[in-house]
Amino acid sequence: MRRARFRRTRRAGAVTLASALTLTALAACGTSSSSDDDGDNGSGNSAKADPAAPLDPKTKVSITIDCMPPAAKAAELRQWNEDVKEFNKKYPNVSIKGRSTPGQCLEPPRFTAMLKAKSQPDVFYTYFTDLPQVLDNDGAQDITAYVNDKSVPLLKDIDPDVLSSLKKDGKLYGLPTSNYRMGLLINRKLFTEAGLDPDTPPETWEEVRTAAKKIADLGGGVAGFGEYSAANTGGWHFTAQMYSLGGDVVDASGKKAAFNDATGKQVAENLHAMRWDDDSMGKTQLLKWGDLQKQIATDKLGMFLAAPDDVTYMVQQLGAKYENFGMGPIPGGENTLAGGNNYMIKQGISADKVKASIAWLNFKFTTVGKGQYDWKRSKADALPVGLPQPNLWLNGSKTKDDAARKEFATMPVENFKAFTDNPVPGKAEPPKAQEIYKVLDNVMSGILTNKDADIGKLLSTAESQVNKVLATQ
Amino acid sequence: MSAPILTKDPVVKDRRPRRPRAGAPHLPDGEFGKNLRRNITAHGFLIGAVLCFAFFSWYPIVREFLLAFQKTEDGNVSWVGWDNFVTVWNDPAFGQAWRNTLWFTVLALILGFVVPFVTALIINEFRHGQGYLRLLVYLPVMLPPTASVLLFKYLYDPGYGMFNEMLGVFGVPAQQWLQDPDTAMLSVVVASTWMNMGGATLIYLAALQGVPGELYEAAELDGAGLLRKVWHVTVPQTRLILLLMLLMQIIATMQVFIEPFLLTGGAGPEGSTTTVVYLIYQYAFNFNNYGAAAALGLLLLVLLAGFSAVYTRLNRAEQD
Repeated sequence: MRRARFRRTRRAGAVTLASALTLTALAACGTSSSSDDDGDNGSGNSAKADPAAPLDPKTKVSITIDCMPPAAKAAELRQWNEDVKEFNKKYPNVSIKGRSTPGQCLEPPRFTAMLKAKSQPDVFYTYFTDLPQVLDNDGAQDITAYVNDKSVPLLKDIDPDVLSSLKKDGKLYGLPTSNYRMGLLINRKLFTEAGLDPDTPPETWEEVRTAAKKIADLGGGVAGFGEYSAANTGGWHFTAQMYSLGGDVVDASGKKAAFNDATGKQVAENLHAMRWDDDSMGKTQLLKWGDLQKQIATDKLGMFLAAPDDVTYMVQQLGAKYENFGMGPIPGGENTLAGGNNYMIKQGISADKVKASIAWLNFKFTTVGKGQYDWKRSKADALPVGLPQPNLWLNGSKTKDDAARKEFATMPVENFKAFTDNPVPGKAEPPKAQEIYKVLDNVMSGILTNKDADIGKLLSTAESQVNKVLATQ
Repeated sequence: MSAPILTKDPVVKDRRPRRPRAGAPHLPDGEFGKNLRRNITAHGFLIGAVLCFAFFSWYPIVREFLLAFQKTEDGNVSWVGWDNFVTVWNDPAFGQAWRNTLWFTVLALILGFVVPFVTALIINEFRHGQGYLRLLVYLPVMLPPTASVLLFKYLYDPGYGMFNEMLGVFGVPAQQWLQDPDTAMLSVVVASTWMNMGGATLIYLAALQGVPGELYEAAELDGAGLLRKVWHVTVPQTRLILLLMLLMQIIATMQVFIEPFLLTGGAGPEGSTTTVVYLIYQYAFNFNNYGAAAALGLLLLVLLAGFSAVYTRLNRAEQD
């Protein structure tokens, strides 16, 4: 009897021990990436001593990276693998583990969940506008001490406007991978048919109105100018138009709406006149991202506000041809809406991991002629070369990169000359951007769907609604 | 092989009946165990179903209640009391979303309740080809909702849509179906009714076919015309199923999302098709404010649950 009880006790003990060990192992798995000393940082101590020193090539370390191209993007994935191999020639002991996401790389709900669960990879992908959310969740490492002209040799040539989107209180939290500034995308074929010069797109909103009317007069359901008015994209473009005329949607304090003024009225009245007096914006409204791209790709739309990467989408997804499109700066030209993407580094990982992450990001995204800037290879892989963005560069780096883009271009780069030769200062999105865009959608849809729209009332209603949104910050 | 000989169990010595424990139901010895063994397969299936429901239905419902009183915007989840409800209440779109949802429900009841019932009445009058007609009416339900909605988007298009083409034949000017704040919601309801009426029509048809024929014969002998027969025979005979369908339709239409989301981009012209569920979607997936989304969801749940309870009670009282 006693023996039986002892056996039971022994068995229970063994089960408890096994469970405890399993739990410990699981816990270790769950927190391994946030551990400061995970056993693979051969020179971790020296690294901690001097964060400014670049990674020792002999260091043994393993890092996980967000947004490796999925299998469906065969050429991009091949380039990724080639880059890993090339990188490993210099850093043979750094193991790069890519994590791939099908479809859109950053989906806000998934991203939020990832941040809250602290399950982001060591190096994770973000939009310019994500920094406040990441910092609220203690998600990103302050890498100010790690990034210098040794670890990122072309640092001085990176556009400071782009870098500033990654800074808070003077501290740097990431490295940029791409950037965009909105301009006026045109359909060259329709411009030519309407007797307009596709090499000199309209530079003012008056010129846009005149050109739009000429294009719409071609008939056959062709619209001269297109705008969004649904799914928050209407508000986003209303903001871009406000910026283009030097206006703003939120005042400097960030607490009050700033669009119910002469500039806001000018934007609204111009659109209303184009839609109803000129009938140059097409009859179908309530459009959202993707709708205007389809129209312009099928030669049914003359122009709309867009970023250069829209052209890639139209060519690769909608079967359009590069040579049919061109870009000019945003009409008005005071400011333009700017955005982009970057990588941040997870807070709490070892110093060597941070250094390895920066070395990889530098190799892949911030070196002229390497990684994403290896235009020769992109041309060989039939990927788009010659679009004006991403363009992080200034000074000598810009000259060198522009020359390479031109040399290996897979599209007529001169079609974008008006855009590249007339850079417009970039301006970031307002605080509470999506909620404000939701409200401003009503202004856009009101103007574009109601001939008798009361513009003053639309703006003042939206103003009070945005003020409420901002008051609940 | 012969049957086994049943003998007394030598192990069980004490056969005196045991006193049942206080408060516990009296079960004969081994009854529960025997039942369990006999229905072991059924219990296996039951456990699977219970676990699935617990994980995918009941847990999210409980979580929704908790989430409505929590803040999830920063790293830590914290209790914020009624703050999420205050946020939702102060949202400029809150009132509009409720008004639009109620307006959708009213329109959907007028169209979506009457049209399938009248269709069922008409089909019921046919002596031949009822199977065919049933299939035709039910076909739209078999289409994926997204396909149906996109079909209507093309039909409504003010530039090249079929509806405007048809109006043009009669010299009627083109309409801005989905683009006009005054007609957008009605257009959404028409599309929604077309998509969903098949199921309701079949249920009404089944109810109609359960009405005894002699009642109609008696009504005819009394000189009742078609409308009087419908009003005095059909409606009273199918009253219960009509009430049930009305209740289900109200609950379903108050949760409308897909149709306005796909037809008008969610908000619609000047926000005229913003519904409560679309607002919940906005909070959760555009603003990552899950607490506010849960709070609004809870308000909708409470309203619908309260409505259902009152309605069921009234219905029961009427039956008594």
